[in-house]
Amino acid sequence: MSPVVYLRCLLGIVEREALRFVHQRTRFLAALVRPLVWLFIFAAGFRAILGVSIIPPYETYILYETYITPGLLGMILLFNGMQSSLSMVYDREMGSMKTLLVSPLPRWYLLSSKLLAGSLVSLLQVYTFLAIAYLWEIEPPPLGYLAAVPALLLSAVMLGALGLLLSSVIKQLENFAGVMNFVIFPMFFASSALYPLWRINESSALLYHIASWNPFTHAVELIRYALYLEINGQSLAVVTGCFGVFMGLAVLGYDPGRGVMARRGPGAS
Amino acid sequence: MSLTSDKPDAETAALEVDNVRYAFGDRVAVDDIGFRIAPGTFTIMLGLNGAGKTTLFSLITRLFVARQGRVRIFGYDVARQSSQALSRLGVVFQQPTLDQDLTVRQSLRYHGRLHGLSRREIRERSERELARIGLADRLNDRVRALSGGQRRRIEIARALLHRPQLMLLDEPTVGLDVDSRTALLSYARKLCREDGVAMLWATHLIDEVDPDDPLLVLHRGRLEMDGRARELCRAQGTDEVAGAFQKLTGVEAG
Repeated sequence: MSPVVYLRCLLGIVEREALRFVHQRTRFLAALVRPLVWLFIFAAGFRAILGVSIIPPYETYILYETYITPGLLGMILLFNGMQSSLSMVYDREMGSMKTLLVSPLPRWYLLSSKLLAGSLVSLLQVYTFLAIAYLWEIEPPPLGYLAAVPALLLSAVMLGALGLLLSSVIKQLENFAGVMNFVIFPMFFASSALYPLWRINESSALLYHIASWNPFTHAVELIRYALYLEINGQSLAVVTGCFGVFMGLAVLGYDPGRGVMARRGPGAS
Repeated sequence: MSLTSDKPDAETAALEVDNVRYAFGDRVAVDDIGFRIAPGTFTIMLGLNGAGKTTLFSLITRLFVARQGRVRIFGYDVARQSSQALSRLGVVFQQPTLDQDLTVRQSLRYHGRLHGLSRREIRERSERELARIGLADRLNDRVRALSGGQRRRIEIARALLHRPQLMLLDEPTVGLDVDSRTALLSYARKLCREDGVAMLWATHLIDEVDPDDPLLVLHRGRLEMDGRARELCRAQGTDEVAGAFQKLTGVEAG
């Protein structure tokens, strides 16, 4: 099949995701309000309590708001990645997943396209958030906005692949609440999103180790460094590696020979 | 990739199911089923709910793959040459799969894109297919605004966009009133007659069967009969398909 066919298929999936996004404006707003609440209220409250010393990539003392901004960008990507996992489960129940999977293109390609489409929508939300944050005087270097694009995209597909993997394992729609409690919150809190790793190490060595292994920490650090025009090699490697592993397992999970579809049957989800 | 020519020759079956068996854990859903469907024919698969129709359709559409047996669409193995096989196949699933928030045009375009059609092909074919089902003026309406029967016809139109030579319809009349049911069935028969698309129409409604239809009777995962409806009646010594079905399976059906 020619590359044009692949491209058309990708365009179709991106377009549908974009349309869905337009139709679910409340979801978009909710996804934006969440990190804004953290920025305006949580960060303001903690500003006085948490002092952040000069740590790379920052060159001066920074306010707490500035510190948590990359973490909140990560939060948008994390929630969206998991939410698209929810929509995969929903899609499977509603049958439109079937419509997607009977396309003659390879299944890994269809799933990757879906992932990329969801990530592009996430990026739109991230930049809307950054625009509002700018008015709140969170002002990374202008070029940082551009440099952050690849870091954000890579983090988004990594978290999306995790969501996709979970969607191939979750049995029912209701279990999304479980995903919230057992995946999103632990990943978010046990990371460098809200406090620097050295701070965590001061209070709990164990938590420090957990946080340094947490892929979400590396997504956040990758974005943080990129936003300040630096590359965090270790985080780049971890995020890339995790994406590879999660995506590989997700494709296996949706494999027609052994995956989730095969085990559960046509009617069930 | 196969080197076979792209066009199916006359002897190749539109669909060939060979010795297919599928189990979910201990429950055997499809038990050693084999049959062939000739190009351009309208075949009815009759079976009660739970007979294994949907599982069989999932195997034919490669939503999952059977560990035993083989499915070929115009000679192409669904498991190994899925791309060639699936590009010749159109499907209308039992559950409605149209996104209610999209317009008809957007839904058709999404499907066309998934099959790699160009913008122009999609536009022309959408307009043509919609005109055929008398819904040309509804292209820009949201799916939400359409009736159940109209949505089903649009799902058929959508499945035809990439010009498949084989169509699977899994209980497409479920939930429709009598008039829409009759209209949909006669439209599908017409498509088969005029366009030469082979149709496999799964149903549990016996009154949808014509005496001359090639008929497959599926019961508890097994293929109980493969022939003309008329032959089934003769074999069971009754005049009506309903009675014959009841005798064959021991169950009274609608």
